[in-house]
Amino acid sequence: MNWRETFRTATDAVRAHRLRSLLTMLGIVIGISSVILTVGLGQGAQDKVKDQISALGSNLLIVSPGSSTSSSGVRGGFGSSTTLTLQDAQSIGDRAVVPDADKVAPVSSGSASLTAGQTNWTTSVVGTTAAWPEVRARSVSEGRFFTSAEVTSAANVVVLGADTASELFATPQSPVGQQVSVDGTPLTVIGVLASSGSSSTGSSEDDQAILPISAQKRLTGSTTSAVSTIYVEATSGSTLSAAYQEINALLLNAHGVTASTADFSISTQDSLVETANSTNKTLTVLLGGIAAISLLVGGIGVMNIMLVSVTERIREIGLRKALGATPAVIRRQFLVEASLLGLCGGVIGVVIGYVGSFVLPSLIDQPVSLSTLATCAALGTSLALGIGFGVYPASRAARLTPIDALRSE
Amino acid sequence: MNAPVVDLSGVRKTYRSGSIEFEALRGIDMQIAGGEYVAVIGPSGSGKSTLMNLLGCLDTPTEGTYLLGGEDVSRMTEAQLAEVRNRRIGFVFQQFHLLSSLPAWRNVELPLVYAGVPRADRRDRAVAALEKVGLGDRVENRPGELSGGQQQRVAVARALVTEPDIILADEPTGNLDSGSTEAVLGLLEELHGSGRTIVLITHEHDVAAQADRNLVIRDGLITDDRLVGAR
Repeated sequence: MNWRETFRTATDAVRAHRLRSLLTMLGIVIGISSVILTVGLGQGAQDKVKDQISALGSNLLIVSPGSSTSSSGVRGGFGSSTTLTLQDAQSIGDRAVVPDADKVAPVSSGSASLTAGQTNWTTSVVGTTAAWPEVRARSVSEGRFFTSAEVTSAANVVVLGADTASELFATPQSPVGQQVSVDGTPLTVIGVLASSGSSSTGSSEDDQAILPISAQKRLTGSTTSAVSTIYVEATSGSTLSAAYQEINALLLNAHGVTASTADFSISTQDSLVETANSTNKTLTVLLGGIAAISLLVGGIGVMNIMLVSVTERIREIGLRKALGATPAVIRRQFLVEASLLGLCGGVIGVVIGYVGSFVLPSLIDQPVSLSTLATCAALGTSLALGIGFGVYPASRAARLTPIDALRSE
Repeated sequence: MNAPVVDLSGVRKTYRSGSIEFEALRGIDMQIAGGEYVAVIGPSGSGKSTLMNLLGCLDTPTEGTYLLGGEDVSRMTEAQLAEVRNRRIGFVFQQFHLLSSLPAWRNVELPLVYAGVPRADRRDRAVAALEKVGLGDRVENRPGELSGGQQQRVAVARALVTEPDIILADEPTGNLDSGSTEAVLGLLEELHGSGRTIVLITHEHDVAAQADRNLVIRDGLITDDRLVGAR
């Protein structure tokens, strides 16, 4: 009896008990579809984070005010302190001190209500320098960005994010040249930022008003020179770590602290991706583990039903043996049947997983990226489960003696 | 007389269950020639079923030799026996033993599947065998759609399809009414007429009377071997 005949016999047997076969597959179906979705969700989350971080710019170092430790030993929360200043940004920008830093953009952000005519819009107001568009890899779609001279003179100009512009001004009208006011201070709109393009980064990148940092300080009534973040672009990807070392040494020295009491932190895009991914990975492993357990349960379900099937079809087995089926042929028949159940369950599971990957993003706002490798692995696993858990029932069927099998009622 | 198809000499079969031994066959010598129609009769417990299992190569003797078509099958492994059963023996069982999920012709082709006959030939041969038993118009029917007599005729067709050395019928009429019994016995008679070797196992004397030769078995021994029938 060749493989094709064995396969035909197995499909006949599976089809003869459609409902039971489906129920048998159910465990594997659920297991495989959850594996596909978990892996897809994990991958999707990683891709999203990677997108968000790479959208920040390239060869970027991000200096944030770190947690400060007060004399009483109480550590403030991350980003709670105002230890970074404009002076720090200026020293980082000094090529003699930090030769590997190309451009520096200190950022001070707050929130304010913008008024244009009758329209009101509350958004984040970001004060920065002229280097910001280059450092953050952004461009203006209309008008221009402000110049260093305007930063120095604290000119009342503003560059709006794409969403902010469309909220404040009716579409046909170009916002460039219009006035918006913040707390009664009129600002001239000189440009509109191009949309950041990546939807996964959310709308906040497109909803902001960028001002010269000097003007922003004045508007918010801030008298300190504290900044919330300093973005530094290294001269190239290969000098990133050198720039890191130089900035670290500079700031430690300038703030008079040691590495253990540092009141700032420097992160690179890679380190950000890594941190975000390690969280995701834990979650993926956890969910994947649960999915794997459900696969195991599914496999045991297959074995259970195959054992029942062997008992139930004991007379059929006896007859087939009487008609010339060798033990090896019987074993193969039941093995193929079990692996067919496994594989069918796997295929249905993959289909459900793929359908889920289209439905899920709209329900939970999480992207799902499917990988061919994961799909193939899932199918391979389901086949292996069928074979693995089919071995015992199949060898039981093969060991039956034809006389006993024929006699049983 | 032709060379015997079935040749048993000194065959014993002992069953062991724990410390208890039970000798079901206590030294059987018998020969069946090609083309013979033999009935083995005996009451239940006589060793009749054990003899049938040995003749059908479903079991091997504890002692003695069994030559089937000149081939010694008494010391074969299970896989070898399966091959011999497929090639040399056609079974007809009391309970028909048809697979209810398959149509008649696919039941009949089963032995050919295990013999490795190509698919195209199998259907032709199965249909021809069904025509021979008068069921040419029931080829696609499943066993559930056939009467008991028709089901047993499908089983006879299945026994015929491989052109075996012997047809072994174990109480073939045990589950049939008298009308169907006659039809099935008539069919066996017809097959015998066309030169087939038939071994019929029964406990009913009027069924055994259909055969040319009766072997009476009692307490594991053949007690009588006589020719019957008028022909």
